[in-house]
Amino acid sequence: MAEQLFYFLIFPGLLFAAVVGAFLSYYDRKITAWVQFRKGPPLFQPFYDFFKLLLVKETILPKYGSKGVFLAAPIFAVFGATAAGVFILLPLLGIETGFNGDIIVIFYLLTIPSLTYIIGSLASGNPLAAVGGSREMKLILAYELTFLLVLAGIIQKAGMTISLNEIISFQTINGAFAGSISGIILFIVFIFCIQAKLALVPFDMPEAETEINHGIMIEYSGTPYALVKLAKYIMLFILPAFLISLLWGGLNFEGIHILWSVLKILFVVLLLTLIRNTNPRVKIKQALRFFILWMNLLAILAIVLSYFGY
Amino acid sequence: MVKKTLIPIGPYHPLQEEPELFKLYCEGEIVKDIKWETGYNHRGIEQLSEKKTYDQSFFLVERICGICSTSHPFAFANAVEEICNIEITNRAKYIRTIIAELERVHSHLLWVGLAGHFLGYNTVFMWAWKYREPVLDLFEMISGNRNSYAMFKVGGVRRDIENNKIPQILDVLSLVKKKTDMLVGAVMDDPVIHARTKGVGILTKQDIIDFAAVGPTARASGVAIDVRKDDPYAAYPLVNWKVITAQAGDVFAKAEVRLLEMYESISIIEQCLEGLKKEKEGEINVKVKDIPEGWGTGHAEAPRGEVFHYVLSDGSNSPARHKIRAPSYTNIATFKKSCIGQTISDATISLAAVDPCYCCTERMAVAYDSKTGNKIMNGNELIALSAQKTQNIKNQI
Repeated sequence: MAEQLFYFLIFPGLLFAAVVGAFLSYYDRKITAWVQFRKGPPLFQPFYDFFKLLLVKETILPKYGSKGVFLAAPIFAVFGATAAGVFILLPLLGIETGFNGDIIVIFYLLTIPSLTYIIGSLASGNPLAAVGGSREMKLILAYELTFLLVLAGIIQKAGMTISLNEIISFQTINGAFAGSISGIILFIVFIFCIQAKLALVPFDMPEAETEINHGIMIEYSGTPYALVKLAKYIMLFILPAFLISLLWGGLNFEGIHILWSVLKILFVVLLLTLIRNTNPRVKIKQALRFFILWMNLLAILAIVLSYFGY
Repeated sequence: MVKKTLIPIGPYHPLQEEPELFKLYCEGEIVKDIKWETGYNHRGIEQLSEKKTYDQSFFLVERICGICSTSHPFAFANAVEEICNIEITNRAKYIRTIIAELERVHSHLLWVGLAGHFLGYNTVFMWAWKYREPVLDLFEMISGNRNSYAMFKVGGVRRDIENNKIPQILDVLSLVKKKTDMLVGAVMDDPVIHARTKGVGILTKQDIIDFAAVGPTARASGVAIDVRKDDPYAAYPLVNWKVITAQAGDVFAKAEVRLLEMYESISIIEQCLEGLKKEKEGEINVKVKDIPEGWGTGHAEAPRGEVFHYVLSDGSNSPARHKIRAPSYTNIATFKKSCIGQTISDATISLAAVDPCYCCTERMAVAYDSKTGNKIMNGNELIALSAQKTQNIKNQI
């Protein structure tokens, strides 16, 4: 029991994932600043942001909302993200092997933060938050199917195993999936799914600042908003980690391989950052079309290609 | 019957820097009806101007708009010079034109950046504003100020552009031109920007005529209205340039018109600098003794459209009546046409596409009772009303 609690709260769960995620968030902001000819934040800025919100800023509650649900939503978001993180990181970091079928569990757990944001925004009673919530719902409908198809493609490539650990060891023996044509296609589709899951531009319409004033997050302040930020930091780390473990042969922490492991994660986050800095926000209709038509087609194409061994 | 939700833009909203309130009545995400309230930023400019001398009024009207801060003095100077019936020197004309066109370049760059920001494309925002910096530095070199240049006066300009500064100005212009090329490439060829702006917020030619819209908003719908061509003033008849129009009337066309207008502005400035070399240095002023009785009108093409000033003089040293009309006065109204039936995401960018400026256009009307001749609402009553409303809000809290 103590061991499980340690896994969940300290390593590789809440604390570890949040700290790494916060540094990745710094990296993302720094790269963005370079692209935009700005100086960028200091190294510990994500921590300053988090602790200021957690400890200093006042928490303002919406008058016409369901306050309990509104406050509970961010807590569930953090729990969902952390649980998904533990299941991803335990096999990835080589601590435990996990269990058979954990990919399905991870898939569900990764949906929890988005769902809680919807519930929290609808509970706040703000019309702008309601618009944001409805946009987030449509966005989930758009990308979840694509995400599932990508997972199906990977499971097929790994010889019909649904255990994350076996997928990683399969790649260690036979080489990373991203080395084949179908693997590259799945990689691209996966990147776009992450972009939508993290609600980064071009898929940031649930939070569109200049349209609906931060939408789903509009009523959050103080401690609950700090928890939302925490969940976002964790997601920023575990989604690239999930991508690497599924398609890019996992991570290796022996000697010089540590450097490669770090570079892999930084590269995936760099891709996300560059996509978000070279595109305007699309409309929700266009996002639906993009995922349901084009990304699904690409994912199916990849599945067919991998069936024929490419 | 679908229930309509009220989605507010304002009074404080990240979309617009100024306070305003647009109430969008939406079904789902589709805007069905709008209402708007402005008047948060009334500054009493016209009344103030009537209490200042002509020389002071130039500094006042310059502060009507922070971005097009030359177009208002320009129109005011045209109006006052019409009363005095004086012709300014060619050198002053060229300098006035150079300042006005440089301002158009920086204002359009500013708009392109903001439009990028509204679309969530912050890289364009930062880049456009970075390339706007050299233009502001140029202003600092010419006039001593980055904004609010204080260059205009009755009968000419306050500062000369010495001929030895011309090569430096040309250097900056060629840099800005190069960067504009890059920006035009980045905006015009981006498929995602096309998807977001094409066919959005369409204003037809008839809409423009109905709402009497002006400036790039009108020109993007194929209405070639431009004061610089229609009623030439200053050095515009002396240089060679063309009015940019587009036909589509959507947000993309408005961006296109603004981006291409920057090239025209740069070409006008280059020709003016050529003209400046032929004129004798220092001849920038015509002596004006006093302003005679009478009235005059003046207009100028601001980056957002026509600015109109009416000045009535009673022979004293300050205007007896000063009426100002900013381009946003007609342009904001087109939002009612362009947003209904669109989604919220499209409505916000179609509002931003006319580049509205609320404080410039806000005026107050006073009603008089036709029988007794009394003001129906005087100042004290307004203060009492305001105090009462504050009290009501306090009671609600």
